Amino acid sequence: MILTLGASPIDGFSALVDGAFGGRKELADTAIKAMPLLLVGTGICISFRARVINIGGEGQIVAGALVSTVTALAVPDLPAVVLIPAVLLAGVVGGGIWGAIPGALKAYLGVNEILSTIMLNIVAVQVMNYLLRDPLIDPAEIERGTRIPQTERLSPNADFPILLGGTRLHLGVVVAVVAAVAAWVFLWRSTTGYRLRAVGAGRDAARYAGIPVERMTLLALTASGSMCGLAGAVLVFGSESHRLVTDGSSTGFTGSAGFNGIVAALFGALHPLLTIPAAVLFGGLLVGANAMQRAIQIPASLAIAMNGLVVVFVVASVSIRQRLRIRLDDQAMLRLRSASHRRRGDALGATRTGMETEP
Amino acid sequence: MSDFFTASVLVATVASGVRLSTPYLLAALGETFAQRSGVLNLGVDGVMLLGAFFGYWTVLTHDNLVAGLLVGAAVGAVMGLVYAIVTLLFHAEQGISGIGIYLFGLGFSELMYRQQVGTPLPIRGLGEVEIPLLADIPYIGEMLFRHSGIVYLAIVLVPLMAWVINRTQFGLNVRSVGETPDAADSLGVSVRRTRAVTIVVANALAGLGGAALALELGTFQQNLTNGLGFIAIALVYFGAWRPTGVLVGSLLFGLVTAVVNQWKTLGILSGSTASLATMAPALLTVLALAVIARRNSAQPAALTLPFQRGR
Repeated sequence: MILTLGASPIDGFSALVDGAFGGRKELADTAIKAMPLLLVGTGICISFRARVINIGGEGQIVAGALVSTVTALAVPDLPAVVLIPAVLLAGVVGGGIWGAIPGALKAYLGVNEILSTIMLNIVAVQVMNYLLRDPLIDPAEIERGTRIPQTERLSPNADFPILLGGTRLHLGVVVAVVAAVAAWVFLWRSTTGYRLRAVGAGRDAARYAGIPVERMTLLALTASGSMCGLAGAVLVFGSESHRLVTDGSSTGFTGSAGFNGIVAALFGALHPLLTIPAAVLFGGLLVGANAMQRAIQIPASLAIAMNGLVVVFVVASVSIRQRLRIRLDDQAMLRLRSASHRRRGDALGATRTGMETEP
Repeated sequence: MSDFFTASVLVATVASGVRLSTPYLLAALGETFAQRSGVLNLGVDGVMLLGAFFGYWTVLTHDNLVAGLLVGAAVGAVMGLVYAIVTLLFHAEQGISGIGIYLFGLGFSELMYRQQVGTPLPIRGLGEVEIPLLADIPYIGEMLFRHSGIVYLAIVLVPLMAWVINRTQFGLNVRSVGETPDAADSLGVSVRRTRAVTIVVANALAGLGGAALALELGTFQQNLTNGLGFIAIALVYFGAWRPTGVLVGSLLFGLVTAVVNQWKTLGILSGSTASLATMAPALLTVLALAVIARRNSAQPAALTLPFQRGR
């Protein structure tokens, strides 16, 4: 792909790797990009495990970001120990609500969740554009007359502490990893998580087993949305400007994390813990793509296009693997059956010989 | 508000609504075809973006509008082929691989645009073709009979698509493959080939719809469609999988968009409320989906189900 754009792929690739993993600062940048991917990816693991396809990460990130921003604007004077958990919780609530809407629509009305979540993405971005242009706009922007759609600098008490001196690595990385581990515990170590996966494995079977399928569907999208909402809060309070800013476009604030998180989760085989390295990989890809853009003038949107291809390949290869496994299972069955035939034959032979030897 | 209710403004709004409904209609007709054969083709928006960019680029470099439209359709057909291979040969899950196609289209169209064009250079838009006599009818003429050729083509495709689906042997195959692929297969209808054809046609129409959008607007920008392709998919549900139903839905959505645009121009919606109005089509889609969800009996029974013989 790079070749067709008339640049050296080797230069591009080395710039990409260097830019993503070349040093302390680069690694920190990669981790920062990986945080929202991991959070969204974790949410995707939860919903996809219940066979609910959540494409609404973008909107849920925005909803989480908005609710957490409003929280920080409402109670800016709380001490950091209270305010930081409060804004994180607000993100969870905002994203959760934005996920619960399509969840309820699917569970109780049978509305296709893929379509409703995508439509809600568009709605969320426009709500954000409206809020940042009018009610939530930084008063200084009105005074100056520049009217950039952004909030004022949010309370410093809500700033995420920097974990590694000299870099921008902040608290969000801990939040993201804890969330991924929590999702793993939820999915594989709790009864509700088991039920949720049972719904994903077979809705009818789950229903016969007495599992409330509708409630599980709603829960899957709500939980998935909360994770994305958390990503929204992390994006706002971990940002360098410490504001919520929009450029009016659909992916300006989120940086397509709502879509790229799906890629990371699929790459991590829909397992929250495997999604951690997958998110780091794709975070590195995004940071590296920017470095590559600077080095060999290839637009960074290459990363989005490549992610699309990755999704297609991963999905295709998953079903190939499944088919191979079925074929292998079939062969194993055949072997087993022929083995048992042989054994039965032996047994028959033995009885026959036994009979023959009988006087 | 009173500015809006004058004859000339209303006529212009309806006319622009008909024009704006064309990309919806083209993409949704294709999607109807694919869904009737049991394929949920979710990459529409990405394919529209690719069709839009390559159509735009062709016109920019060669100044040939027809070639632009054809290139858009051809690019769509190529993407359809990719999607057909992935879903029919590799049995990939339709929903997620469709999103993959969407992401690819979103990223690749932007990539090519930045690399090859950079700034939004305007191109010659599609010219009007007046239908003789009919175009001279007061009001109605301006509303319905002074549009570019692609608008008429899209409208003509509605009865054509209905005829193909309901009255031809191939259409019967499409419907049987979409309802009970096993039965169709046992009667010697190739499920794979039938679906491959509908997928390629659907994506070619999506590409054409994208090109039509770019050429109507006379420009291209990053994420030009802004979810239009996904609304087109919703319109198939809205139209109960019938081409005429899809036509009604497309016109409705085109009109809503046109009214919103007109209100913005007239200043009825100012500044910040304009962005709230921009989400009207999306909100309308969610509401429509919720309302019609209960009567989804027309949905092809084998929609999204991959077919594997003997399983």
